[in-house]
Amino acid sequence: MSDWIEPIAELGYLVAAAFFIVGLKQLGSPRTAVRGNQLGAIGMFLAVVITLVKMNAEEGGIVGVVLIAAGVLIGAGIGVVMAKKVKMTGMPELVALFNGFGGGASALVALSELVGRTPSESSLGAEVFIIAAGLSSVIGWVTLTGSVVAMFKLNGTIKGNVVFGGINLVKGGLLIAAIVLIALLVNTSGQGALLDSGQGLTLLIALGLVSALLGVIFVVPIGGADMPVVISFLNSLSGVAASTTGFVVNNNALIISGALVGAAGLILTGIMCKAMNRPFIDVMLKVYGAARGSDSGEKRTARGYEAEEACLAFDGARSVIFVPGYGMAVSQSQHVVRELAEELERRGTEVRYAIHPVAGRMPGHMNVLLAEANVPYEQLIELDDINPYFSECAVVVVIGANDTINPAAKTDPTGPLGGMPVLDVEKARTVIIVKRSLSPGYAGVDNDLFYEPSTMMLFGDGKAKLTELLAATKDL
Amino acid sequence: MTLTFLAVMSSSMTALIAALTVLALAAFLGFELISKVPPTLHTPLMSGANAISGITIVGALFAANAELSGGRTTTAAVLGCLALILATINVVGGFMVTGRMLEMFRGKKEDRS
Repeated sequence: MSDWIEPIAELGYLVAAAFFIVGLKQLGSPRTAVRGNQLGAIGMFLAVVITLVKMNAEEGGIVGVVLIAAGVLIGAGIGVVMAKKVKMTGMPELVALFNGFGGGASALVALSELVGRTPSESSLGAEVFIIAAGLSSVIGWVTLTGSVVAMFKLNGTIKGNVVFGGINLVKGGLLIAAIVLIALLVNTSGQGALLDSGQGLTLLIALGLVSALLGVIFVVPIGGADMPVVISFLNSLSGVAASTTGFVVNNNALIISGALVGAAGLILTGIMCKAMNRPFIDVMLKVYGAARGSDSGEKRTARGYEAEEACLAFDGARSVIFVPGYGMAVSQSQHVVRELAEELERRGTEVRYAIHPVAGRMPGHMNVLLAEANVPYEQLIELDDINPYFSECAVVVVIGANDTINPAAKTDPTGPLGGMPVLDVEKARTVIIVKRSLSPGYAGVDNDLFYEPSTMMLFGDGKAKLTELLAATKDL
Repeated sequence: MTLTFLAVMSSSMTALIAALTVLALAAFLGFELISKVPPTLHTPLMSGANAISGITIVGALFAANAELSGGRTTTAAVLGCLALILATINVVGGFMVTGRMLEMFRGKKEDRS
């Protein structure tokens, strides 16, 4: 009776997967990104409708109407509210949290299948079923707890990076424990359901706890500037979790879409690592800047300037480049930056923004903030394209950036920053740096730029200092 | 007996290999799909991809579809329902927030021209 539905549903899932493929492709290009997102949403809607039709046509039909309706309505309600309410400045946290939810959902599906189904009924075989469900649990829980920790780091609830000796051993131990638990689960399964053996429940709970802890331990030691790498990697993991869940429920839509997202996330992770000039393994395992605070060398003093002095550099300037960093995000000064830029434009100065790929705490962080402040898109210039222009630029205004403008990346090739692509800010005639203090950036390397005669340091909160600078510029 | 066992083995084996083939091809496609992405799109791309990983909603729907008759099927269905809530937040919120971000980028562009 329900034979017809199987091939129809499979074809439908294939169409949905095609929507995801084209959608992802289009999301990667500015002209088509909006359509790409819409195609993704259509594909998802299609997949959900096919699933409901398939369930309805199969033996038994849709029996869990209450749970399904409740799940969809509650989830959609929360999703809509969160997506509408979030301020653009809270975007990194929200993206991290949604990502965690995706991983958590995959882990829960795997758990539900392990609890409710008899492994030997799986068309892929009992062993494959349990291994896939085990992996999906591990990856899913790691994604969930890792993303939540990342979220707390992004909004400042967890400050600094928690590091203790032997942390890599703990990570390794937890990973091995997870693998052993999955092996034990495979062993417990006889002909019946997993939970029939009593031991099954203990194993499932242990697996969940070990994985959740692994996610926390994995993200906790990773410091602020490495966050873009971690977030894109967690994004990749949420895809891998969905893909392994596809093996649990034997569904191609999950396997394909999950693998696509997993691969796309890895590409983005690679882009971020390249921009930091740090191998992925180092980000994950090596504690960075741990030897920080060793005040080697002479104490240098950089002179602090007043906004009234600094603004004189704008007088008659043909071209000004703004270089935003994490400090702009912290002080929420993007609107003042835009006002200052508009004031300069009114005076006939050409204004551009130099965007370093890892500025901030999330891939594309600066773009989101500046777009929120209505900065025109065409004024945001990428690293490679803007670097030739610094030498002919009168003034550079740096707002809370450090490592991304540190000339040590070029002058000290063997140092921690050696070889990292940086903005050639020092080539400009005058460099105004708005920063709280002289403290080194994430890499723990002192920045020579602060002590250059052409540099004017404005010490203080980004927003306060820029407001002063704006007022002073208006009085010029 | 042995023959049936072998037959079952080989049919599940064929299904597994088919699934692995799909996985491998999709992963390669994913790597090829996105090469050079401008930084402006890094956040929306991540957030949009993340919404697509919410495809696990399909698995959650199947998992939540059970009568509440007590016993382990009920436990499984409740877990499925929790999964469905999380997956739906991920999907609905993810696509919406990506759309909002992209609208914001696009809006600025058209204002100027």
